Amino acid sequence: MLTMAVNGRTLTVTIPGDTPLLWLLREQLQLTGTKFGCGAGLCGACTVLINGHAVRACSVPVSSLDGAEIVTIEGLDRRTDAVAARVIDAWIAEQVPQCGYCAPGMIIATIALLRRTPQPGDQEIDAAITNLCRCGTYPRIRRAIHRAASTTP
Amino acid sequence: MSPLITLSRRAVLKGTGALILGFQLPFLPLPPAVAGSTPMPVNAWLRISAAGVTILVAKAEMGQGVFTALPMLVAEELDVDWQTVRAGPAPSDAGTAGLVPGGMHTGGSTSVSASFLPLRRAGAAARLMLMAAAARLWRVPITELTTANGAVSHAATDRRAGYGALAGLAARQPVPPDPPLRDPATWTLIGRSLPRPDTPAKVTGLARFGLDIRLSDLLYAAIRHCPVLGGTLAKIDAAALKDKSTATGYRAGIVAVVSLPDAVAVVAEGWWQAQSALAEVAVSWNEGANAGLASTTLDPTLSKALDPGNPRAIAIAASRGDIDRAMAGAVRVVESVYRLPFLAHAPLEPMNATASVTATRCELWLPTQDQERYLTVLPPLLGLKPDQIAIHTTFLGGSFGRRLECDFGVEAALLSRAVGRPVQVIWSREEDIRHDFYRPASVSRITVGLDGANRPVGWRHRVVAPSILARVRPMALKDGLDGAAVAGIADQPYALPALCVDYVRQDTGVPVGFWRSVGHGNNAFSVESMIDEVAAAIDRDPCVLRRELLAGSPRALRVLDLATDQAGWPRPPAPVAGGRRGRGLALHQAFGSVVAEVAEVTVSDDGRLRVDRVVAAIDCGVAINPDLIRAQLEGGILFGLSAALTGKITIDKGRVVQSNFHDAPVLTLRDAPVIEVHIVDSAEPPGGVGEAGTPPIAPALTNAIFAATGRRLRSLPVGDYDLASG
Repeated sequence: MLTMAVNGRTLTVTIPGDTPLLWLLREQLQLTGTKFGCGAGLCGACTVLINGHAVRACSVPVSSLDGAEIVTIEGLDRRTDAVAARVIDAWIAEQVPQCGYCAPGMIIATIALLRRTPQPGDQEIDAAITNLCRCGTYPRIRRAIHRAASTTP
Repeated sequence: MSPLITLSRRAVLKGTGALILGFQLPFLPLPPAVAGSTPMPVNAWLRISAAGVTILVAKAEMGQGVFTALPMLVAEELDVDWQTVRAGPAPSDAGTAGLVPGGMHTGGSTSVSASFLPLRRAGAAARLMLMAAAARLWRVPITELTTANGAVSHAATDRRAGYGALAGLAARQPVPPDPPLRDPATWTLIGRSLPRPDTPAKVTGLARFGLDIRLSDLLYAAIRHCPVLGGTLAKIDAAALKDKSTATGYRAGIVAVVSLPDAVAVVAEGWWQAQSALAEVAVSWNEGANAGLASTTLDPTLSKALDPGNPRAIAIAASRGDIDRAMAGAVRVVESVYRLPFLAHAPLEPMNATASVTATRCELWLPTQDQERYLTVLPPLLGLKPDQIAIHTTFLGGSFGRRLECDFGVEAALLSRAVGRPVQVIWSREEDIRHDFYRPASVSRITVGLDGANRPVGWRHRVVAPSILARVRPMALKDGLDGAAVAGIADQPYALPALCVDYVRQDTGVPVGFWRSVGHGNNAFSVESMIDEVAAAIDRDPCVLRRELLAGSPRALRVLDLATDQAGWPRPPAPVAGGRRGRGLALHQAFGSVVAEVAEVTVSDDGRLRVDRVVAAIDCGVAINPDLIRAQLEGGILFGLSAALTGKITIDKGRVVQSNFHDAPVLTLRDAPVIEVHIVDSAEPPGGVGEAGTPPIAPALTNAIFAATGRRLRSLPVGDYDLASG
């Protein structure tokens, strides 16, 4: 029996164990904020927090997640999670999204970065945020990360 | 009575609450159905109720901000509190009803420019109708009424009514044929960087893209197309998926294996199941005429078509002055050939569509730039009438021209019909990269003649490229000329006494389509590289030469000066140890806007290239929302830069070689330069901004590499070159 907590709710998972977490989230749980982009862990559109780490959900089979705590973009609680609130507010303040498809994954990856490194420099941002954006919002993403961290670009 | 408003009235008659209530807006709740205050369609663009104003947007939101810019135009004239305005997608039949100026498709960077007048008129007409309603209600002359913040007031009797309360009566008032528009000096919304109303939903995961549509009874389909471009399906063997003990005859979760003309699809309860099962279906293909296609032979074929002796037809695109005489009289000639590869779009949301098809109805949920095209393509395929087809436009997770095509939506419809249930088809990224309609590869030769004073006197330009229009709009092909292939050459703003542009159509078997900025992207590279080459040949600063050639183009000159001043031209970038630095310039005029870009690069001695900074200036006419313009320039620049650095699609054995972001890499955060955008204060009518930033960046980049290293790159991507010194 496979159990895991998604956004604070404990679930028993019955789908085949080789199914990537992404599809459990998007289809069984209707948590469509986590996006499909490449299916190969390359683009980061499906980034979620697993036990606090930013992980690409398209490349993690559910069988490996017994007992895991998973947080998706829908599970971020601005009232109790100051880092999440700062990151989301910074994304709005900098008017980051264009199409917005990469935004949930970018925001999750940024939250994981800021929890680990509250005041990241540009090189740390470069190393941590490898998610792809095709609209070209990168300059605003960088500014938003600095804003959320209260650092200077 | 203007045609727009006349047709709007028709829409009013057709309009019902269901028209907008049938589709939950993806980012803002619709006004709640307050008792007795059903939202009233005042005209095609407006629904007004006690709960607020909803402005319908007949363009697809794919990142460019149409849900902000277009409602701003209506709201400016309507005199309504922006904070209370909601935006939502217009119904798909708005286009065929003739309600959308320029058509409903979203392309050509025309959304704002084509809407600038009609949407302000729609807002102004609605305001007058609301005032007329109040005048009737209160039995006062309309001239005594004023409006502010979504309400009509009559000062003399101290009466005030919100638009919502007046909407019902207003909709029955005659439509003013030519409503006066506000003096631009009194604009309160236009010109302001109002934040996008779609941002909150996009940063919380609530925005719904095509892939996010969820319907009861929905099935998911994975699809595999013939790996050879243009090939078809011959035979499938799905024995590996069979299970006689289930109702479907397939193993649990698999609903059907469906043959399409050029593809096989597995329909299942979940996409991952479908995708995994698809790998187990044995398929044989009719590879067709392209089975032997390879870049190694394609590239020489394109180049050969440049030859004067080539047997292919030559279409004259533009001719002015006496080019033969000008070239014969030239004392010096500069000539170069420029080569560009095929490019994929690769928007982050892969191709997908959701369809529910029955014998009498087809309902589609589409991330699409072209709803109207489906209404042409689908009826004969499904045996339905256009009015039996309903399209819901979702947010687009990027598009860049790819979703002007309707291949993926047609597939969803055919699959839903085949299984009798709603189906969402999702392409894998590999299918997306390998079955695109690519930006055409092109080869161009430019010959420039200079007189004794080193002034360009003649410009001969031949473009060899496959034709997009031959497939998409064959009627637009005139005497063999594909105007899209030569866009931006003859109308370059430089003073050239004699010019001849011609086009050789060389189709290749690789499907080609519209890619952000279309031919402008290809042609800005060759034109702006050549201007730089001429400057180098006559030992003149590239900015000085451009300024001389733009003496008769004050608008372009202003843009050039703004960009170069802000970039610090001609002072070179500060040197760095272990690397060579350079600054490059390019300017291009397209979509009614002029853009100049200055790129600064560092090329390390071991050949690593870094783009440090891009400074851009644009004159896009009246700047409706400056921050949206900056965002589009930033995006257009980085989209073009990504392609210029690493973008290419190559072919082998008729198949696209690249497959996913590991072998078709795109720009990352780490490699994105700092970008500064400066907007010229302009009173010209609005031009396009979505595509205008893309064309100049590739030549600005290679011109910067030339400044840094002395190496002239006449083909892309830059990643194909070893830039190590020595």
